[in-house]
Amino acid sequence: MKKSVILGALTFAGLAAGAAAAGTLDDVQSRGKLNCGVNAGLVGFATPDANGEWGGFDVAICRAVAAAVLDDANAVEFVPTTGKTRFTALASGEIDVLSRNTTWTFSRDVDLKFTFVGVNYYDGQGFLVPKELGVSSAKELDGATVCIQTGTTTELNLADFFRTNGISYEPVPIETEAEAQQQYLAGACDAYTTDASGLAATRAAFETPGDHVILPEIISKEPLGPLVRHGDDEWGDIVRWTLNAMIAAEELGVTSANLSEMAAGTDNPEIDRLLGTTGSLGEKLGLDATWAQRVLAVGGNYAEVFAKNIGEDTPIGLARGLNAQWTEGGLLYAPPFR
Amino acid sequence: MSDTSFVRTEMLPQKAPPSTSVGIIGWARANLFSSPVNVVLTLASLYFVGYVLTSLLPWVFLSVWNADSLTECREIMNETWGSTHGHACWGVVNDRWLQLLYGFYPSELYWRVNLTLVVTLAALAPVLFAEKTPRQMLWLTGAYPFLMPWLLWGGSIWNPVVAALGFVTGYVVYRAVSEIAGSLLAVVATVVAALFWWFVLAAPAAALLSDIVPLTIETVESRKFGGFMLALLLGVVAIGVSLPIGILLALGRQSDLLVVKAMCVGFIEFVRGVPLITLLFVASLLLNVFMPPGTNFDIILRVMIMMTLFSAAYMAEVIRGGLASLPKGQYEGADSLGLNYWQAQRLIIMPQALKISIPGIVSTFISVFKDTTLVSIIGLFDVIGLSTAIRADTSWNGIYWELFAFIAVLFFVVCFSMSRYSMYLERKLQTGHKR
Amino acid sequence: MSSITDPPKANFRLSMLIYDTRYRSATIQIVALMGFMLLAAWLIGNAVENLNALGKTISFGFFHETAGYDINQRLLDYQSGDSHLRAALIGLLNTLVVALLGCVTATVVGVFVGVLRLSKNWIVAKIMTVYVEVFRNVPVLLWIALIFALVTESTPHPKTFRGLDTGAVVVTNRGTYLPEVLFSNSLGDISLFGQSALRFDVSLDLLAIVLVLAGGFFASFKLRKRADRIQEATGDRPTTWWQRLLVIFVPLGILLAVLGLHFGYPELKGFNFRGGTHLRNSLIALWLALSLYTAAYIAEIVRGGILAVSHGQSEAAGALGLRSGRIMNLVVLPQALRVIIPPMISNYLNLTKNSSLAIAVGYMDITGTLGGISMNQTGRELECVVLLMAVYLVISLSISASMNWYNNRVKLVER
Repeated sequence: MKKSVILGALTFAGLAAGAAAAGTLDDVQSRGKLNCGVNAGLVGFATPDANGEWGGFDVAICRAVAAAVLDDANAVEFVPTTGKTRFTALASGEIDVLSRNTTWTFSRDVDLKFTFVGVNYYDGQGFLVPKELGVSSAKELDGATVCIQTGTTTELNLADFFRTNGISYEPVPIETEAEAQQQYLAGACDAYTTDASGLAATRAAFETPGDHVILPEIISKEPLGPLVRHGDDEWGDIVRWTLNAMIAAEELGVTSANLSEMAAGTDNPEIDRLLGTTGSLGEKLGLDATWAQRVLAVGGNYAEVFAKNIGEDTPIGLARGLNAQWTEGGLLYAPPFR
Repeated sequence: MSDTSFVRTEMLPQKAPPSTSVGIIGWARANLFSSPVNVVLTLASLYFVGYVLTSLLPWVFLSVWNADSLTECREIMNETWGSTHGHACWGVVNDRWLQLLYGFYPSELYWRVNLTLVVTLAALAPVLFAEKTPRQMLWLTGAYPFLMPWLLWGGSIWNPVVAALGFVTGYVVYRAVSEIAGSLLAVVATVVAALFWWFVLAAPAAALLSDIVPLTIETVESRKFGGFMLALLLGVVAIGVSLPIGILLALGRQSDLLVVKAMCVGFIEFVRGVPLITLLFVASLLLNVFMPPGTNFDIILRVMIMMTLFSAAYMAEVIRGGLASLPKGQYEGADSLGLNYWQAQRLIIMPQALKISIPGIVSTFISVFKDTTLVSIIGLFDVIGLSTAIRADTSWNGIYWELFAFIAVLFFVVCFSMSRYSMYLERKLQTGHKR
Repeated sequence: MSSITDPPKANFRLSMLIYDTRYRSATIQIVALMGFMLLAAWLIGNAVENLNALGKTISFGFFHETAGYDINQRLLDYQSGDSHLRAALIGLLNTLVVALLGCVTATVVGVFVGVLRLSKNWIVAKIMTVYVEVFRNVPVLLWIALIFALVTESTPHPKTFRGLDTGAVVVTNRGTYLPEVLFSNSLGDISLFGQSALRFDVSLDLLAIVLVLAGGFFASFKLRKRADRIQEATGDRPTTWWQRLLVIFVPLGILLAVLGLHFGYPELKGFNFRGGTHLRNSLIALWLALSLYTAAYIAEIVRGGILAVSHGQSEAAGALGLRSGRIMNLVVLPQALRVIIPPMISNYLNLTKNSSLAIAVGYMDITGTLGGISMNQTGRELECVVLLMAVYLVISLSISASMNWYNNRVKLVER
């Protein structure tokens, strides 16, 4: 359903046709653009560059979905969201999918009525401390001042951690990452806590990263993943299987380099089904047969996207850890394409 | 008669003043060291100024301009000065200044933003420097509300033209109907005709016209707006649109009609009583809830609406001040001429009240302009929001003071020149009232 | 014989609603009211429909759920296990604290700067001008962020605080510690409102001190009255000042001694100083930034007010032989006050509203708790934002009401 509203004579340019509850896929296709909610600036996950081009690990999901649905990885409107505005933006239909390092929790799924379609990064909350503090475990932080970034689940985890361990602490909530870094480096807090991926990025930006250590304790589970509204399962399936296609492609050894070769046909029936060489998985999704090829052509499979944005060769330098394939001791386990 | 005289017969030649009271020494004695307290104050001030300058200037000037990342900056600093402490890394400004100014506006279309700025200044000139500009420029001021959105957002030229035609239609209808029926009916007919034009005829007319003569410039979505340009745009739109609303609210507040007065006072006090940030929360979180289902405004448009409402309340108070400072004789004079309420307002009261209010309007503009930085809290990419995004880039992660310093200087330059203008205006208006 | 007859009564016609001035205002008002109600109905209708579509209901039940986060700077006790309502209450008190501190400091600094801007000392006047212009022309959000960073950069780490482990006033980059008042024989507290979110402990020590002080002042007042009576009767005024001081301070001293008054000094233990009253840097930075920013405006108002006092006043005072400081205090400022107070009210309001930018430094005011973490955790945007606006509206209206009351009292002084 479309409804155009003209408020006065001047607003013609600013109005966008609205999205209604039913048929997000149709809306996206008729609009020709995917509206994707991303973080307004998170190192390695969503960053606009000097030309305004977005890049990052979360951004790659948006581009992959756009490639699958619209055959154009650049047909994405990136809507920067804050911790406060992200859920409203999704609920109100301003964005079609939210890919903003959002932790999958019970209340967000059930109470706020969103569908988390999967996990693209298994994170956990950790602590960064200066080496000279001489602390080797988070449990030694009794009485310490801890900087936290607000607006997320971090402050709840932190409160729970210190309460269950019966130690005291002094929280210093900080609004932005940049301020948190500044406060931490100025010594205004003994430890800085946020998701471990963020800690790695923060530490990488320091002048002397070697002077700081990330403590071994990971105090929370933070499965981060893209989410869509409740009630449009067809759309949810598309986003879910786009993510799964990237993960499965890594497992099956399909990369952006050998994609065209594989698409010609292989002796592995699952690859053929994934790439649409045989079967009709794409049609069942409401797309066409080669949707997964387009997804993989954008940035490659999960491993390639990971390596390009946050992997060990980037300044952020994250190891795969939990985000390795299940065959390699990680948690990534894409359901079969069948 | 004695020949000794105690009366001087010729004037003494003028002596030069003592050397301690003229020149630099004299000035310093009078202005810096006139009393022991002043000596202490002066010395303390000199120490303070010296301290600030010696700590700030090396940071500003012994700095790195050409670097593509913070790491590179640090390397250069270590090579040149042996330490990274106390040196600014302006490489980030060098790298991103265009983005800080224009946001994500396509770089090949920057000329449109620049042109808009020029047009804005030209359209403001007849209002701000009334006696120094030809009256013909008022035409530009009239066309500005249609020209500005077209230049910034792009699209077919016929959209703004058709929108403007709505007003023309209304005017024609008003003239025609007021000849036949009374003025009240004419007003009703005008509103109906204009609305009919905008809602029914405008879209097909624009489409038809652009089919015949396609005059289209590239469309730019408002999501691409950002940086300092967004702050200016929000400020200009908020003040421009809030001026008429503010006038109506101010008149409503002074009105004898109880209900109208209560509604105006309620609105003004409500908006002035809550912080802007809560109104921005409304724009980002709630405004869609209050719109018909399926409507989806652009966030920038929603912010514009809320900022307009916000500044309208302040504007109303400024204009109320202008109205209050008019002598009662003006109102009585208008009455004695037999003018009705709207005629009196249009011909006698408003021209004077608005003129008195201009300094207040300018300072409202300055504060609204500064307040546009709050949109970064709801995730818009104004200058401060962009600085967060720039810091999220791995090359610039960890940079802090330089970006804030650049933004502060940017705001200072614009706001300071506007406040100087408003002071100039105040002085001019004061002399205008002296007899 | 002629008689006065009423003019013929015109029959009521519908058009008179518009053209007859007797009815027109009523017509306009009714139309306006109807328009307003239609608009409100439209908005509410849309909201109901949209909320239904989202499957949300408006409910304030989330207030009693566990908040789950900690608040560092607080006036009342609070743990992460308390409810959102309690968190909002703590936030509200924090807003009021920073607003109050800010208004007082801004006034003091503003008056000081405004007067100094008119100083005959060139360099002082110029420095003050630069201060006013720099602060007024840069957004307050930027000032808050800059001052926060500046405060932490320019204060020492707890470990390096003058190499000491304790001190009466300890300034570190985690905040400033002041000595706290302790009683070794404390009378304890009375807990009001039980375990509810509004629970509130009243210190009996404080109550006792207030009572004794009030008694002392009352006795002192009685002594003055007695002295007045004696003076009226005999013409001689007995010297009572020492008696009056005694009745106030002796009971107070005795009470404090009985209660065992002593000061608790902060001491370095582990990572941080413990003990003492801890003002966090977020509070100090916000307080400083808001006061300096608002003081720049107040300075201009004060300067304008002083300049508005006619020159003859200060000249006359000079002719009476007053020194320039006393001219300012006794003649100029009291008169300037009339001009100063109304714009001052709106600056106090602005400061209070700007305190909502506390989120920039992580100071947990009402916007940070109710409009921040609580809203994020519960997803109750409508309820939280509406309540937040209502709270600010009440604060603003009460500030302007009380200041207007004060303004009217000052006005009565003038002829």
